[in-house]
Amino acid sequence: MTAVPDQGTPTWAKAPSPKPRDLAPTHPTNGLFIGGEFVDPADGGSFTTVEPATGERLAEVALATTPDVDRAVKAARRAFRRWSSRPAAERGRYLFRIARIIQERSRELAVLESIDNGKPIRETRDVDLPLVAAHFFHHAGWADKLAWAGLGPNPRPLGVAGQIIPWNFPLLMLSWKIAPALACGNTVVLKPAETTPLTALAFAEICQQADLPAGVVNIVTGAGDTGRALVEHPGVDKIAFTGSTEVGKAIARAVAGTAKKLTLELGGKAANVVFDDAPVDEAVEGIVNGIFFNQGHVCCAGSRLLVQESVHDPVVARLQRRLGTLRLGDPLDKNTDIGAVNSAEQLERITELVAAGEAEGAVPWQPDCRLPERGWWHAPTIFTGVAQSHRVAREEIFGPVLSVLTFRTPDEAVAKANNTTYGLSAGVWTEKGSRILWMAERLRAGVVWANTFNRFDPASPFGGYKESGFGREGGRQGLASYLDAGAVG
Amino acid sequence: MTVAATSIGTPGDLVSATASDSALRRFLHGLPGVDQVGAEARVGNLATRSIKAEAKRWALDLAVRTIDLTTLEGADTPGKVRSLCAKAIQPDPDDRTCQSVAAVCVYPDLVAVASQALAGSGVAVASVATAFPSGRARLDVKLTDVAGAVEAGADEIDMVVDRGAFLAGRYGEVLDEIRQVKGACGPAHLKVILETGELATLDNVRRASWLAMAGGADFIKTSTGKVTPAATLPVALVMLEAVRDFADLTGTEVGVKVAGGIRSAKDALRYLVVVHETAGAEWLRPERFRFGASSLLNDVLMQRAKQRTGRYHSPDRVTID
Repeated sequence: MTAVPDQGTPTWAKAPSPKPRDLAPTHPTNGLFIGGEFVDPADGGSFTTVEPATGERLAEVALATTPDVDRAVKAARRAFRRWSSRPAAERGRYLFRIARIIQERSRELAVLESIDNGKPIRETRDVDLPLVAAHFFHHAGWADKLAWAGLGPNPRPLGVAGQIIPWNFPLLMLSWKIAPALACGNTVVLKPAETTPLTALAFAEICQQADLPAGVVNIVTGAGDTGRALVEHPGVDKIAFTGSTEVGKAIARAVAGTAKKLTLELGGKAANVVFDDAPVDEAVEGIVNGIFFNQGHVCCAGSRLLVQESVHDPVVARLQRRLGTLRLGDPLDKNTDIGAVNSAEQLERITELVAAGEAEGAVPWQPDCRLPERGWWHAPTIFTGVAQSHRVAREEIFGPVLSVLTFRTPDEAVAKANNTTYGLSAGVWTEKGSRILWMAERLRAGVVWANTFNRFDPASPFGGYKESGFGREGGRQGLASYLDAGAVG
Repeated sequence: MTVAATSIGTPGDLVSATASDSALRRFLHGLPGVDQVGAEARVGNLATRSIKAEAKRWALDLAVRTIDLTTLEGADTPGKVRSLCAKAIQPDPDDRTCQSVAAVCVYPDLVAVASQALAGSGVAVASVATAFPSGRARLDVKLTDVAGAVEAGADEIDMVVDRGAFLAGRYGEVLDEIRQVKGACGPAHLKVILETGELATLDNVRRASWLAMAGGADFIKTSTGKVTPAATLPVALVMLEAVRDFADLTGTEVGVKVAGGIRSAKDALRYLVVVHETAGAEWLRPERFRFGASSLLNDVLMQRAKQRTGRYHSPDRVTID
């Protein structure tokens, strides 16, 4: 007998299966994408984007200031007239072409996204990239059918859209913004988040590869100041923002009183409601997927578990057992379930809120899980004994932290679920169909998932109530955010 | 660990559940439901696990060690069975380190032949019985079938449940039959075939799993291999959840056998991943997990050789049986 490892204690976790990172070459320096080409910023400034899993520097990226934003908006304005007056089917063709190139380059893009964001390759490969391509395909189909979108006989594009996206789903949020804007005949200036600009710049290359007319898509990289310059630019007709509620409010104030149209997709504190008759094993999977998907960096994350008191203990016990099998580590390992937290700043916020939860009397629990020494990481965490008044039940943590609350009756479940300043998403777990419909009618959330969580489709509108924002992305409803229905053509 | 004890009940509940027909019905229908879409999504997710290098070699070896090498044809002969037994003992003549499979599975009339051929090898003799595969015979005939196989030297009996009685809701009858067969097995291990392809829903799979375990099954098994669909990953998932929860509740670890339609090493690895991440590492051994297969073995052997030598064999290098 030779070379057979100890068969009594197999440890498959020891079998890392990394994807070669050279699939996604990064350029040491990166310009702005304006008018169809990469250009240097006016001030010559730059900032560094780092790899969250190691804390190491990935690339230098140009810092766009007000003159650069102005240049980009003007380029978009120049491109708008011809782009919007092209035959709509032609716009559709460009979007189809972009979608196909994304599919062809999806391995490279998935690796790049994992490196720059810290999320596991399993998710970028199986969730982000397929959805990105799907959004372009979906909207490519809409381009020449807008008259049938129920928005009047001849809806018109708005003009130049300024779009600001977050770091949690860099390329996916880009596709949610750019695909409908272009399909509807608008041109765009997009600002990716400062910690995750690389896939947006790769997308700029794809625009070149697809021969997209110059100026239709412009990408300016930078942080809050760059975003502010874009929001305040008088040449922008529409602002679309995804990010924090705090910044969203500031944007709403800046846009108030102007002719700019606005859609906001902001934070969330979703309730995932588990009834005593739920399919318990699948519910546990749904809870895990709801809060630990993408390290909990999901605006619609199911961060509040509302579980019927009679099944609280078994559900929590099963959840804990399941958490014991999650693998945290190298995002490029194909078997990794939980990757790195995107930035030191975000990790600090998560840590602070977890400490607050403990201080307020909630009981934290973490699986036995060793965190890598370099980079930013947070172990999956469950708080039990959480009260509605605790900070961990009220504030968006945006990390792998679940707060468990209980309820006794369906009415109480609805009341607790809705008792939040947010209203982006919710989940209901029960084998009883009538109860699903009863709950869905009463939950004030833009999306209500039944016996599933965090499922997305370009045909399904996504957006919030209350402080989770307004406007919808995806589906027929999403087109309304980029069209002027009132115009008579 | 009392994870299931609080959601499914207490050991006492299981005892009282089997006391009457109506109690049994209440118990089985009180088990948590299975959401088919969610179960499929879960196994789909697990199927993306990447098993490489040392872990892959280990898993392929495990696949060999957990195979019940099977021939269940009307055309089976003593010669065919003896040939299969030789293969079971020494699966890869080119690699003497390759361990034997778990068992050889044959019809009852060929048990004596297999038993003789496998004597002293450590490979068990398994036999299907109870009017396999339909199970449509009188109970006394089934019991005679079982007793005959055991007497001829079978170490393991694969019985089929009465799906007709199960689907008609006569759970007590199914339970009683399993208990009587268990009694007829004597020292032989009992594997209860649920024939999940005919039970149709995952809720039924969960109920039938509990019913079989309550009746004394040492293993629960997906299929006869004579009905399509045979073993599937969602079905295996639900059965593994059942044995895990049963062990939590009673402390008894019941094995799982997946059979029918598993032909490639890649498929086998996917099942092993589901076993590992559902029931746990304790189930990754022949005493707790089996593949019922015939052609699977050769694909696993070819993959083993690929791991060892770095290149694929011609199929002619592995013996057909």
